[in-house]
Amino acid sequence: MANTQTEYIQHHLTNLTYGKVAPGTESCSGSVYEQAQWIFAECPQELDGMGFWAFHVDSLFWSGVLGALFIFLFARAAKQAHAGVPSKFLNIIEVFYEFIDNQVKDTFQAKSKLIGPLCLTVFFWILLMNAIKLIPVDFIPGAAHWAGLEYFKYVPVVDPNITLSMSFSVLFLIIAFSIKHNGVKGFISSLTLQPFQSNNLLLQIILIPINLVLEVVGLLAKPVSLGLRLFGNMFAGEFVFVLAAAMMGYFQFVVAWPWAVFHLLVVPLQAYIFMILTLVYLSMASAKPEGAAE
Amino acid sequence: MNMNATVIGQVIWFALFVWFCMKIVWPFIGKALEERRQAIAEGLNAADRAKRDLAAAEEKVSASLDEAKAQSAEIIEAANRRASQIIEEAQAKAVAEGERLAAKAKAEIEQEINSAREQLRQEVSALAIAGAEQILKAEVDKGAHKQLLDQLAAEL
Repeated sequence: MANTQTEYIQHHLTNLTYGKVAPGTESCSGSVYEQAQWIFAECPQELDGMGFWAFHVDSLFWSGVLGALFIFLFARAAKQAHAGVPSKFLNIIEVFYEFIDNQVKDTFQAKSKLIGPLCLTVFFWILLMNAIKLIPVDFIPGAAHWAGLEYFKYVPVVDPNITLSMSFSVLFLIIAFSIKHNGVKGFISSLTLQPFQSNNLLLQIILIPINLVLEVVGLLAKPVSLGLRLFGNMFAGEFVFVLAAAMMGYFQFVVAWPWAVFHLLVVPLQAYIFMILTLVYLSMASAKPEGAAE
Repeated sequence: MNMNATVIGQVIWFALFVWFCMKIVWPFIGKALEERRQAIAEGLNAADRAKRDLAAAEEKVSASLDEAKAQSAEIIEAANRRASQIIEEAQAKAVAEGERLAAKAKAEIEQEINSAREQLRQEVSALAIAGAEQILKAEVDKGAHKQLLDQLAAEL
């Protein structure tokens, strides 16, 4: 796999990538690709040769598997759900449901069929995606390597593509909720008529671009911070695990075990933060602007 | 940070899982919980009602018990009264009967005395006549002297 500690760490933080290499890229064996081609990247220069059209197969695989696990567990519970005495399994699932439902009821004032399922999915899915980092760092990549895959990064939230695409989906929902509850006009005026207002028409027209810049930055900052916070926390955590493995080899548990215990806190906390911020952003988007007439 | 087409895949996953959750998970669990909440509320209500019913029934029982006690006391008193009345009546009856019997006996005795006296009177008058016959040695006309003899007998 890798010889030096640096290579080991870099290797562990590289995704299994299936992508289109640009013509002229040098392949791992030293030859040059004459034309664009879809390949699994097996060394850094092949990775560099890929542009936008590349998929992190491992991230997508694990996020898909864990999302499917989430749906499987909850759909099973939903199928069993009845008004009588619940089984222990149903009880656990209902605890999650009620937890999310209470948060939604406390925070979200408008009516929406989407918000509850959205928050539940975000929370539980991210919880699962965070939680698999507690598997020792070499188990899954080792198995993948044995199966012939060069790179394998099994924690999907350590991939910014994953976290940012989720947070930008939330941005899309923020805009959609805002338009749905306040209309297109309300949405545009929320971007252009705040925070600076003036009764003087000319001054107001001058203020509009300033407001627009401020509000658009504010709007974009939400998903960026949301996605990067999750990525950053999980990346840092994973990095320590990989570092421990790189430096201490078989004795990595000396560092990895307490770090994993610490992560028992971080894992649900980060899932919770992502969920609650999604909820807060969406309830802000769906709320009537201050002073607006009904 | 190398952003690439992974984003597309993840957005699709995201939409898919949220949609699944919305269609096949959320409403059913919510419905079941709501139903259970109602069932529990009904159960608690029923328990409350049963408690109230029990209290009411206990009250009713003690009330009817009191009533029964009062009734039985009344009955016993009435019975006692009746018994003493019967005794009194019997006593009075017995006294009256005794008196009646005594009076009857007295009357009988009186009658006996009278009839004995009558008999004696007749016998005495016969004896007097016989005696007078003997004394007078003469025929005395019974018819002529009957009035005299009756008078004599009556005076005896």
